[in-house]
Amino acid sequence: MARFNLILLSIAVICAMSAVNANHHARKLFIGLEKEQQRMRALDVEWGQLQLEQSTWAGHARVEKIARERLQMKTPGAAQVISLEPIQP
Amino acid sequence: MKFSQSPVLKHELAPWRARLVLVLLLGGMVSLVGRSLYLQAINNEFLIGKGESRYARVLELPATRGRIMDRNGDVLAISTPVKSVWAIPEDAKLQPAQARDLAKLLDMDGRELNRKLAEDKDFVFVKRQVSPEIADRVMGMKLPGIHLQNEYRRYYPAGEVPAHVLGFTGVNDAGQEGIELAYNQQLSGQSGSRRVIKDRRGNIVEDVENIKTPIEGKDVLLSLDAKIQYLAFSSLKQAITENRAKAGGVVVLDAKTGEILALANLPTYNPNNRTNLIGAQLRNRAFTDTFEPGSTMKPFTAALALDKGKYRFDTLINTAPGKLTIGPATISDSHMHGMLTVAQVIQKSSNVGAAKMALSLAPEDMWHMFDNLGFGTPLKMGFPGEASGRLRPYKTWKPIEQATMSYGHGISVTLIQLAHAYLTMARDGDLVPLTLTKMDGPVTGDKNIFNAQTAHEVRAMLEMVVQPGGTAPRAQIPGYRVAGKTGTAHKIEGGVYANKYIASFVGFAPASDPRLIVAVMVDEPSAGKYYGGDVAAPVFAQIMAGALRTLGVAQDAPMRPINLGSEADQVKESM
Repeated sequence: MARFNLILLSIAVICAMSAVNANHHARKLFIGLEKEQQRMRALDVEWGQLQLEQSTWAGHARVEKIARERLQMKTPGAAQVISLEPIQP
Repeated sequence: MKFSQSPVLKHELAPWRARLVLVLLLGGMVSLVGRSLYLQAINNEFLIGKGESRYARVLELPATRGRIMDRNGDVLAISTPVKSVWAIPEDAKLQPAQARDLAKLLDMDGRELNRKLAEDKDFVFVKRQVSPEIADRVMGMKLPGIHLQNEYRRYYPAGEVPAHVLGFTGVNDAGQEGIELAYNQQLSGQSGSRRVIKDRRGNIVEDVENIKTPIEGKDVLLSLDAKIQYLAFSSLKQAITENRAKAGGVVVLDAKTGEILALANLPTYNPNNRTNLIGAQLRNRAFTDTFEPGSTMKPFTAALALDKGKYRFDTLINTAPGKLTIGPATISDSHMHGMLTVAQVIQKSSNVGAAKMALSLAPEDMWHMFDNLGFGTPLKMGFPGEASGRLRPYKTWKPIEQATMSYGHGISVTLIQLAHAYLTMARDGDLVPLTLTKMDGPVTGDKNIFNAQTAHEVRAMLEMVVQPGGTAPRAQIPGYRVAGKTGTAHKIEGGVYANKYIASFVGFAPASDPRLIVAVMVDEPSAGKYYGGDVAAPVFAQIMAGALRTLGVAQDAPMRPINLGSEADQVKESM
């Protein structure tokens, strides 16, 4: 009888220990998840700022200015354009 | 002496004393067990709550306002987090040198800072919406009583170009004008909150409960095309400068879907920096300002006359001697034209011809046409201050008024209404509602206003307008067939026609299968030229040519330099 009780006791202790372990593990994972979510939010913010930056750099006014002034580009006149008809097979 | 031999033990004590002590100890134990049972098991919420309050925190979960994008996904408005610096004045006792540094860092006046910090409040904003880098440096100064708060700030990367369409938000992130106001419900999110348990390092270790999940604002995908919008804006700006005009507006529509591809107004403002704004800059003229359209109304009169079978494409109308007297008033043309076909009346923009056509029509029919085209009723697109224009009930019309309305006087419209009405010409006679959000494909209209045959014929007449001999040869575009109509009207000031003009041009291309409608209005050109064909038509051609190229619309005419004809060929428009 006493032996049986001893076995039960050890099972109970093992269960208790693993419960504690599992809880600890869960917490660790949760902290990890939280960190990643925080990183996600930070990246989201950064993405927004990058979008803003991109649309500022690629603004049509800026592109036109650089094209015309620095690269000396021009809209071609009617005489400089040849339009091709699609070839019917 | 041993304890067992102590004489004190010899005394016989009453047994109740021992029992009393036992009972008291037992009672004490029972009450302790009972109390702990009560606290731990029965009424445990109080302690749990107290415990949680030591390490549980409520976190604000802010929701971001949705972005506004053009039809190609280019961002037109976006919110990013910024910091606001606030202070508890009582705690914020700064050394003069510290205050100076802070004021310099925040780019504000030192006296203003001191005034704010001297206020008798618990909370004052020192400066709202500063960039994160500056906020970090403010915190780096470690000043007492100065704190930061997270906020969102709206940025408009395209600046003044689409300003009137987008509108802007106030400092509390609520829409105040334009799309920001019209779609505020969709754009604004709802911030949420959650209760969590934090460990001593500040890590979140457990969710106690999810109180409120934040609802992120939804993005709005506009029908606007940022490229065409820029093109429209810069062309208009150039024209306004060249003609020393007071104001102007441009609308570009997709004739297949009723989408607004561009809408520009001048003067405008920069939504990112809204200090020193005046009312004139804020006005979305295309929606809020009505004007007498002038000759741009003539095609509708002609279309109705054709539709009712009163006239044919080639019916001759005698416009000699260039004057027509109705009752006490006289209508006149700027040139004597003699016998003109209906098509030529449109081409040469003869008031007398248009008036004669109008007088053959029933006032009721004309009113119904104008009403069906949307004149006199606001478009209801959700913009603040949208004007309805003026269309008086036909029962009060006198013949002279009916005649002048045929060429766009005595009726007032907004530019967007005018562009909308031209959809019927570009679309075989049916009308579709305008939209500012992106559509998936062509839309079929349910409102048939003119016969398809009539629309085709009027289109052909409008093509003649831009040929040499018409009023607007400058509206031609190499490689495309163009159709359109000029308008030049006196402005009304204090109830009388003043010597100030509004030049306009509405047209579409390619004329063989219209894809785009462009309407241009220039208010008070004062550099000598004021006819629609001279002032507004070149703007139209510039925008239309660029927009057609941007959209890759197939050409329907040979690519050759445009023929303006001789100066004498261009017909001066009647007003």
